[in-house]
Amino acid sequence: MQITERPTSHHWRLLAAGAATALALTACAGSPAGDDAAPQDGATAGEAAALTVYSGRSESRVQDLLAQFEAESGIPLDVRYGDTAELVAQVLEEGEASPADVFFAQDAGALGALSEAGRLIPLDDEVHEGVVDGYVAADGTWTATSARARVIAYDSQELTPEELPQNLDDLLDPRWQGQIGFPPGNSSWNTFVTAVRVDRGDDGARQWLADFDAQNPERFNNNHGVIDGIENGQIQIGLVNHYYIYSKMEELGEENLRTRNHHVGGDPLGLVNVAGAGVMDTADDPARAQELVAFLTSETAQQYFVDTSGEYAVRSGITSTVYDMPDITELEQPDIDLADLRTLEETLEMLQEAGMS
Amino acid sequence: MLRDALRRRSGGAAPALLTGAALAGLLMLTPLVYLAVRSFERGPAYVANVLTRPRTGQLFANTVVLTAAATLVCMVAGTVAAWLVVRTDLPGRRVWGVLFALPLAVPSYVAGFGWISGFPGIVGFGGTLLVLSSVSFPYVFLAVSATLSRGDAGMEEAARSLGLGPVRVLLTVTLRRVWPAVLAGALLVALSVISDFGVPSLMRFETFTLGIFTRYRSTFDPTPAAVLGLALVALALVVTVAEARVRGRSTERVGRGAGRRAGPTPLGRWTPAGMLFVLVVVGVSLGVPAYSLTVWTVAGASAGIDGPHLVATALDTFQVAGLGALLTVALALPVGVLAARHRGRVVRALENITYLGFALPGVTVGLALVYLGIRVFPHFYQQLPMLIAGYAVLFLPLAVGIVRTAVSDAPVRLEEASRSLGRGRMQTLARVTVPLAAPGIVAAAALVFVSVARELPATLMLRPTGTETLAMAIWSRTGASQFAAAAPYAVLLVALAAIPTLVLDRVLRRRGGD
Repeated sequence: MQITERPTSHHWRLLAAGAATALALTACAGSPAGDDAAPQDGATAGEAAALTVYSGRSESRVQDLLAQFEAESGIPLDVRYGDTAELVAQVLEEGEASPADVFFAQDAGALGALSEAGRLIPLDDEVHEGVVDGYVAADGTWTATSARARVIAYDSQELTPEELPQNLDDLLDPRWQGQIGFPPGNSSWNTFVTAVRVDRGDDGARQWLADFDAQNPERFNNNHGVIDGIENGQIQIGLVNHYYIYSKMEELGEENLRTRNHHVGGDPLGLVNVAGAGVMDTADDPARAQELVAFLTSETAQQYFVDTSGEYAVRSGITSTVYDMPDITELEQPDIDLADLRTLEETLEMLQEAGMS
Repeated sequence: MLRDALRRRSGGAAPALLTGAALAGLLMLTPLVYLAVRSFERGPAYVANVLTRPRTGQLFANTVVLTAAATLVCMVAGTVAAWLVVRTDLPGRRVWGVLFALPLAVPSYVAGFGWISGFPGIVGFGGTLLVLSSVSFPYVFLAVSATLSRGDAGMEEAARSLGLGPVRVLLTVTLRRVWPAVLAGALLVALSVISDFGVPSLMRFETFTLGIFTRYRSTFDPTPAAVLGLALVALALVVTVAEARVRGRSTERVGRGAGRRAGPTPLGRWTPAGMLFVLVVVGVSLGVPAYSLTVWTVAGASAGIDGPHLVATALDTFQVAGLGALLTVALALPVGVLAARHRGRVVRALENITYLGFALPGVTVGLALVYLGIRVFPHFYQQLPMLIAGYAVLFLPLAVGIVRTAVSDAPVRLEEASRSLGRGRMQTLARVTVPLAAPGIVAAAALVFVSVARELPATLMLRPTGTETLAMAIWSRTGASQFAAAAPYAVLLVALAAIPTLVLDRVLRRRGGD
């Protein structure tokens, strides 16, 4: 047995050391977890229970804003970050027992799905007071909190805004042969193609994609790549979201940047998509949950969005102190209900058939 | 019920063993029960409808081709790497041995980011294959090098003495001996490739798992995704059963005496070729991700490093990974012992079930635990115990395979001697079997630790309030394109995961060598 015992004790020491450390860490971490569980059962009065927020918006984009809400309202938040779609699936699987009070989503489609499943309660009118028409759900169950638009980014040294395409068909002009950049596979590109399908029907969209492909557009790995392509003269125009030139501006300085945004109104090329929030049917204290959503549409929060991420405010009259961007009321949304943009599967199928995935 | 069935079929194993194994089996059924309930809630016609869409077939074909190709690449690269490190006089082979195990510590999405930021043109099948192979081949490398270093040069020496050349010996005798290890590693490669989401998504190669994520993202409806998950389980079952069949036909060592380690084969004029192979493998699997991380870190020095947060996330990661490894190994032990000592239909079924969780995307297993957990144990929901149980479901197969091999290698004669000397079944298990298999058990714990440390989707769903792992920190920063801010966390994750990887390497390659 001599042979086996020597390595054995050594290995057990290793395992035991690991176990002891892990357990010690658990003991340290154990008590706060226990404290959190208590208010969920609704026992303690006086002490503020945390609002549970499921956030599909990323931590680095919104954590400062949410911290500001905690400080101003005195309501502590327990924010669980995740991918918007996975959080929707999670809430649906949790059902009645869900701990979620507020859902903060990256896309309108997610909120539409929750609303359709009867999981969002109607918001009080004050919550979205001042939000521009068309950016609150028709049934009043959620409100947009910020917006982003598709634009044509263009080389301002070579082109004037008057020369630029004003709609989907202009883009097919022989003038743009080999001059258009786009990021295949990118989720905002996929959403745009879905909008084309909603706008023109599947056959119309298939035809448009085929014609677009015949223009020999340049493919880029992501939206930043498209902007770079314009900067180095590889292409003249690109199909991207409006805020991608901002990071380039910060890097190079606006005066050194050739690329500018061109907003296309009333066409899928200028699709406006939103992030938004709603109150869950499982909210323990709906009034306080509404308070958070109201804060997200407040002037304070709206100013935060236009200044930190360069998104559009959903209130009129909020001017970014950092970025040069139009007011949201100047954007003309195409005649598309954002809740209809939920057929990504068919879009991917079509892009694959067209060889553009 | 399962316990009784196990007892009847397993020829008098200790009751505690059967209870443990039954518990493990029950836990592993969680995702299957969930998928079945969700899939069929709208009737079989709906299931058939989802499965017969043309796109489903295309995704399935893509996944099968990718899995087969990656598994093949890893079988060859992992086996050659193990042979070079254990059996030849290649210069610096101890260092190479550690470097070959280290890619296990690199999360596949970090490797993917590294490649795509350096070589944007790599997208598609080729890039997916390259990156997934580069992070998965250590499964084969570790399994094969463990077997190779376990001594017993006797057969090879006999073959040489009978006039076979060194190459013939390598291809016939040596390869045949390591074949079960190659297959065991290949099974893990195949299942992890099937379940990976990050790389196909970055590389835009549409696999079945990516299709499942797309379903969540487009329809916000868990049901069609569950149907696809069930199909993935079927694919995993085919792979698992096939591996068991092939392995069942292979020969095991029959000699009773202690094996003797073989002397190194001189590479001679083949040394440059060996070095080239080693450099290419290390460059592809570690060099490119390391280069990207360095670039990110240097670029992010201005952004500043949040030291206390870095430490806090590292401690959280250590905690969940440590506990996850403990529970997983505790559950793998009874299954592994049963699988090694009591072959039978029920035991084989149990072993197969444990592998299925590994083929499912983390989000599916996470949702299964959400669905059943919040209904059965509402007080543990989003608490540590449920998160740890989730890790066990995801990573049990990693541990079961190693424990089974370790127990099979321990001479059954010693257990028989213990029983004949009047020790009970449990005592024999605790005093003889487990100590003999200790290196394998520690190795299993190390492997699970590394895998938990880099896990993301189930962690996001089930983590207790306030817990934040390194993988979560990386994800939230790269998601906002803040690669510079993500880099320190990625470096720390690789460093943290490197520790158990080193233990793993030491334990596996030292085995029986003393």
